[in-house]
Amino acid sequence: MRKLSLAGKNAIIILALGIVLVVAVVVSFNLGRYPITPRELGGILLSKVFPIEKFWTDTMATVLFNIRLPRILLACLVGCCLSAAGASYQGIFQNPMASPDILGASAGAAFGAAFAILNYASQTMITVSAFFFSLVTVALVYLVSRKAKGSKVLGLILSGIMVSSLFTAGTSYIKLVADPSDRLPMITYWLIGSLAGATKKDVLFAAVPMAVGLVPLFLLRWRVNVLTFGDDEARTIGINATRIRLIVVICATLVTAASVSVSGMIGWVGLVIPHLTRRLVGNNYRHLMPATMLFGALFLLLIDNVSRNLLTLEIPIGILTAFIGAPFFIYLITREAGSR
Amino acid sequence: MSVTVNDLSFSYKERRVLADVSFTARTGELLAVLGPNGVGKSTLFQCILGLLPYTEGEILLDGLDAKKLDIKETARRVAYIPQSHAPAFNFSVFDIILMGTSAQISDVNVPKKRQLELAEQSMERLGITHLKERGYLQISGGERQLVLIARALAQDARILVMDEPTSNLDYGNQLRILSQIKLLAREGYTVVLSTHSPDQAFMFADRVLALQGGRVVRHGRPFEVITDALIKDLYNVEVEIQSLYGGKARMCLPKSVIDT
Repeated sequence: MRKLSLAGKNAIIILALGIVLVVAVVVSFNLGRYPITPRELGGILLSKVFPIEKFWTDTMATVLFNIRLPRILLACLVGCCLSAAGASYQGIFQNPMASPDILGASAGAAFGAAFAILNYASQTMITVSAFFFSLVTVALVYLVSRKAKGSKVLGLILSGIMVSSLFTAGTSYIKLVADPSDRLPMITYWLIGSLAGATKKDVLFAAVPMAVGLVPLFLLRWRVNVLTFGDDEARTIGINATRIRLIVVICATLVTAASVSVSGMIGWVGLVIPHLTRRLVGNNYRHLMPATMLFGALFLLLIDNVSRNLLTLEIPIGILTAFIGAPFFIYLITREAGSR
Repeated sequence: MSVTVNDLSFSYKERRVLADVSFTARTGELLAVLGPNGVGKSTLFQCILGLLPYTEGEILLDGLDAKKLDIKETARRVAYIPQSHAPAFNFSVFDIILMGTSAQISDVNVPKKRQLELAEQSMERLGITHLKERGYLQISGGERQLVLIARALAQDARILVMDEPTSNLDYGNQLRILSQIKLLAREGYTVVLSTHSPDQAFMFADRVLALQGGRVVRHGRPFEVITDALIKDLYNVEVEIQSLYGGKARMCLPKSVIDT
């Protein structure tokens, strides 16, 4: 048999990830207090288009459309966005440690959202505010890290920690002055990171900025490859590095902010998933980007299933991703340097 | 494809780095730029590559004003070959070479069949097809340099600019890389490279451009240009130029070595 080329192997991995994701989505409907079997799921969905004799209860249809579907979709979307943003940041900052959390995008978005909640802002304003502060932190972290002396990887992480803690302090202050009977619980719950409150409205609301950000990230993926060599080299190859980098930063930050504004702070996904995906398909963004998007969606969907089914009381997903992410981070910083 | 530089001057803030630099590198010519560290070689190259906005003088790429070409048009004419380096991510050799074709496709596209073929051809041309699926960080410095040259060939530009292409390489790899570059010049590529070694210029260059203090001090054939006086002027070293094999080859010998 002919040996498969790298590209062929990667195409198969991406296809497999897609199939596993579809299976996981179907299985996820079956998990929870009102299980919906694949047969019922198919029936309810098809009945929207074709006249099918009803073999399910009304409760089932309600659960499906109002609870399970929004939640499953949101888990997939947020997972997809956070890992796509992480992979993109890593490429354009030429830094394997970059991610929405490290770059402060999450902390900034959290501050922006908490600030908006404090002021009784609408859902739209929460996202806008989250996006704005998210962009401010990413810009700040990047500028500070460029001034930092020594290792670039270290500089980025350190300035990320610094700027993040600044915004986290701001968020703490907001919690201090927030109305404890009304605003404070909302902010606190939201900061932990959870998909429990997912509604149809949330999904529709977040899907627009997510799509607006994800499409360019996907289309520009070949360009991100070249940007990993630095601006001057990219330019001599024929790429307007400044422009592409700006577009990618804005899109990655937009999808991060959109995710954070509907799901709160779900950490680590943006660092862990791109790295696991690099292991699977290599560093070429042509395959890395679609693979990491699918893998991220799959990962968060699985974690969310654990989050809502493991115990009677739901464990917020942000806590679970940290339990998985933190040990992985330790593994990343301790393994041999050569295989970065 | 030729590079013509006319009266180029460049200053970083107050400091003048290049002053009235003029020269032409013609099709099929290997031009070696000699000069001490900090003399403006890199600045000159960055101007040619369109990375620095010079205000005085002009640069013509194949007769066209470089200032009027956009990023992609420039990339289709002139390719840059950096010193072998370590990028943040371990791409496969083939991916890196394929990246050279980026100027041929639109921003939202991935390389097509034609680009894949170009990348294959440039790998074959440099005899590195066996490295195709290896990781760039796993191969040797000499091999990396060949990969970067292959990337420039895939770019399909006919002018190659190299900043000290042999500086991180061992003696054998230096000679192999320079021989490859010389062959490319014979095939019709125009090569502009900087080097610290006058001996390399003797062996491989068709013409030499000697820079001192941002100015051109000599420009011409290696045998005519590289003299003991020039080396003294550029590097403050006393040398004796030896003619070997009946004048077919020349070498610089430091006097400090001969006298002791």
